[in-house]
Amino acid sequence: MQGLGIHVLFEGINFQRLLGGLWVTLRLALITIGLSCVFGLLFALLMLSRKPAAKVFCRVWLEIVRFMPQLVLLYIVYFGFARIFGWDLDGETSAVLVFTFWGAAEMGDLIRGALTSIPRHQAESAAALGLRKSQVYRYVLIPQTLRRLTPQAINLSTRIIKTTALVKMINVAEVLKVGQQIIGQFYRQPDAAFWVYFVIFLLYFLVCWPFSVLSGYLEKRWA
Amino acid sequence: MSEPILRVQDIRKSFDGSGVLRGVSLEIREGEVVVIVGPSGCGKSTLLRCINGLETIDSGEIRLHNEVISGRKKDLHLVRQKIGMVFQSYDLFPHMKVMDNLLLGPVRALGRPREEVEKEALQMLDRVGLREKADVYPRTLSGGQKQRVALVRAMLMNPELLLLDEITAALDPEMVSEVLNVVIDLARGGMTMAIVTHEMRFAEAVADRILFLEDGVILEESDPETFFHSPKTERAARFLQSFTYASRRDGAEKQSKNNPQG
Ligand SMILES: Nc1ncnc2c1ncn2[C@@H]1O[C@H](COP(=O)(O)OP(=O)(O)O)[C@@H](O)[C@H]1O
Ligand SMILES: [Mg+2]
Repeated sequence: MQGLGIHVLFEGINFQRLLGGLWVTLRLALITIGLSCVFGLLFALLMLSRKPAAKVFCRVWLEIVRFMPQLVLLYIVYFGFARIFGWDLDGETSAVLVFTFWGAAEMGDLIRGALTSIPRHQAESAAALGLRKSQVYRYVLIPQTLRRLTPQAINLSTRIIKTTALVKMINVAEVLKVGQQIIGQFYRQPDAAFWVYFVIFLLYFLVCWPFSVLSGYLEKRWA
Repeated sequence: MSEPILRVQDIRKSFDGSGVLRGVSLEIREGEVVVIVGPSGCGKSTLLRCINGLETIDSGEIRLHNEVISGRKKDLHLVRQKIGMVFQSYDLFPHMKVMDNLLLGPVRALGRPREEVEKEALQMLDRVGLREKADVYPRTLSGGQKQRVALVRAMLMNPELLLLDEITAALDPEMVSEVLNVVIDLARGGMTMAIVTHEMRFAEAVADRILFLEDGVILEESDPETFFHSPKTERAARFLQSFTYASRRDGAEKQSKNNPQG
């Protein structure tokens, strides 16, 4: 086995396996992002509510999510929940749970920030035009919130995609894990590792780059 | 004389226990232009905001055409459809083109057909010299142009009463007159208005009546001639004095009248 190590990717179905791993990564990320948007909206509404208890609850949640490494949360849920509650969650479910716990709080904070950054006069001058409260939201506040939110939400989404790499630590065969399996299989090819990781780098780039372009475009367009 | 369009009776309003409006009463008749002046913080904005329900009042009553409009909640939007308001800050909706800003109220709040309003909107834009701006976003407009559009937006609702709260206070001085001339044009057309302004010469030119508000009460109510040339109260005289400057050359008591900034 001589020559460039890149050939290991084309041995048998290795490349398909890698793409399969990428699909696991993407599926995890997409489910997480979707759930984070839904629960993030609820989170934002809780944060904006007048009840002090709701605010404290959200603050504590947000702090936990920010100072706890996601990996620790993953271990707690994947290994801990099985021992303590007897819930034997599989790796992907645990991952969706943990990443949504994190994503919902971050997304919620972004939504709250976007909503509150709209000057009070916008709502007031819409109300002064004789629009109903629901119309003020629909035509004036929500469109402006979405414009402010979208670039940041896309940014968070790419962070979620990248963070899914952690699930290989709880035995989910996402793209990185598959890559390591391929490398292990060809341990006698010294530069195989480099090429496999390089291709994984390219795959991540191909997935995240369009998001970043889109966010840049929207930011410019809606400035 | 005809019944007043607006009747404000002894309204009181306090924020955090401090009285901002302490018993204010006023009436505005159809076609009348009332200008409210007074030192900053005396409650002028609060008064206008109470009239169109942006603030609730603690006591007293506000009537529009004899119908009580204060203390209402559910159908407040119906009241506001009859009372236009333009603020100091540029409050066009930045995500909509000028024309969409103008159509929003008439089409969504009043349910009028789009094409019909569009025609009217173009005519009004033409009147304020901004017909060619119908398809641009507000951020490309100057401050003076924005405020002219805001006036058109309010007028397209065909309000019975228009409230203007220092609409030129945030403008560069050279843009003030282009906006105020539109207001004078509206006054000539018979629009009923309550105007808060610090532009004293404009106030004198446009007003049928001046209300001098200080510390949450109306201290003086006069016609503009009286108010600006022989105010009845000493407080009003002192207030007007603050808009003048002493000359640095001899005859220092000769004073030149000037418009303040901001
Ligand atoms: N929403 C509010 N909360 C607390 N205080 C307010 C609020 N709005 C106005 N005030 C206070 O009421 C007083 C009158 O304000 P305002 O009506 O804006 O005065 P003006 O328009 O005459 O300058 C000021 O002292 C201001 O600080
Ligand atoms: Mg004010």
